[in-house]
Amino acid sequence: MAAEKKNTGWVGRLLAWGLVIGLLAVVAVQLRASQQGVMSRGEAAPAFSFTTFDGVEYGPADFQGKVVLVNFWASWCEPCELEAADLQTAWELYEGRGDVLFIGLDYVDTQAEALAYLEEWGITYPNGPDLGTDIYRAFRARGVPETFVINQMGEITFVKIGPFISLEEITQAIDLLLEN
Amino acid sequence: MRRLILALILGLLLGFLFGYTASAVLAQGEEPPAPSDNEVNAIAKNLYCPVCENVPLDVCPTQACIQWRAQIGDLLAQGYSEQAIYDYFVAQYGDSVLASPPARGLNWLIYVVPPVAVLLGAVLLYRRMTIWRQAEELAAPQATTSDYNQRVEDELEARR
Repeated sequence: MAAEKKNTGWVGRLLAWGLVIGLLAVVAVQLRASQQGVMSRGEAAPAFSFTTFDGVEYGPADFQGKVVLVNFWASWCEPCELEAADLQTAWELYEGRGDVLFIGLDYVDTQAEALAYLEEWGITYPNGPDLGTDIYRAFRARGVPETFVINQMGEITFVKIGPFISLEEITQAIDLLLEN
Repeated sequence: MRRLILALILGLLLGFLFGYTASAVLAQGEEPPAPSDNEVNAIAKNLYCPVCENVPLDVCPTQACIQWRAQIGDLLAQGYSEQAIYDYFVAQYGDSVLASPPARGLNWLIYVVPPVAVLLGAVLLYRRMTIWRQAEELAAPQATTSDYNQRVEDELEARR
C-alpha cells in the first residue's frame, strides 16, 4: 500500500515538473522570437505571397531570380511620405528591365486611405495589404517604413529602417546586385 | 349636407392614409442614421491597434486609430454586426487586435494554465496540510492518565 502511494507520488511530481518545464520552454521560444530583431543581411528572405489592391496575386514564383525590393508602409505614417516619391522614381528606372520588382506592403491600414495615398504619390508598383500582418511578422519588421532588398538568390542584402533619404540610396542598393 | 360632410370625412381619411404611406416609403428610402460615437466606441474598446500597444482603440489618439474607428463606423453603417466587425479586423490585421485572444493554438494556454495551476495548487496545499497535521499529531505527547496528573498536581502542591 505504501509502495503504491510512493509510486503515485512520483508520477505526480513528474507530471508537475513536466508541466513547469513545458511552460518555461514555450515562454522561452516566444521570448526568443520576440527578441530576434529585424531580419539582417545574409538571411534567407521568408517566402510570402500577397494580393494587390487591384486583385493581382504575387508569390515566390514571381520573385525568383529577380532583385526584389519590399517596402512596408502605411497611409498614416508620415515618414513614409518622405520616401514615397523616390521609391516611385526608382521603380520607373527599373520597371522596363524585368529583373527588378518593387513591392509595397500596406501595414495596419484602412483601404480607402491607402488607395488615396497611392494616388496622391502616383505609385504604380505592385501594392497590397499585408493581411493579418503575416508578412510584416515574417520579416520581423519593427515599424514603418522599413525596406528589405532581396537578391536573385532570395537572400536579404539590404535593410533600411526608416525612410530612404535620397533616390541614390535606393538605386545603390539595387545596382550593386544587378552588377554582380 | 350630410353627404357632403361624409365625403369630406372620407376624403380626409383617404388623404391621411395616402400621406402616411408616402411618408413611410420615404423613410424606407432614406439613408440609415450614421452610427454614433458611443456605438463605435463600444466596439473599439475591445480592439487594440498593433501600432499603439496596450492602448484600447476607443482612447487611442493616433492617426491609425482614428482611421480604424472611422472604419468601424463605416462597417456599422453597412449593417455589419459586432462579431462581423471583429472578424473583419482579425482578417485584416491578425488576432493581436482583439482584447481577448481567441482560444486557438498557443492561446489555449492563457485560458487553461491559470485555472489548472490554481486547482493543482489547492490540491497540493490540501495534501501538504494533511501531512503536517498528521505529523503534529504524532509528535504531540501521549495523553497522560488522570492518576499521573493527580500525582504531579500533588507534588507541586507539596512544594509550594
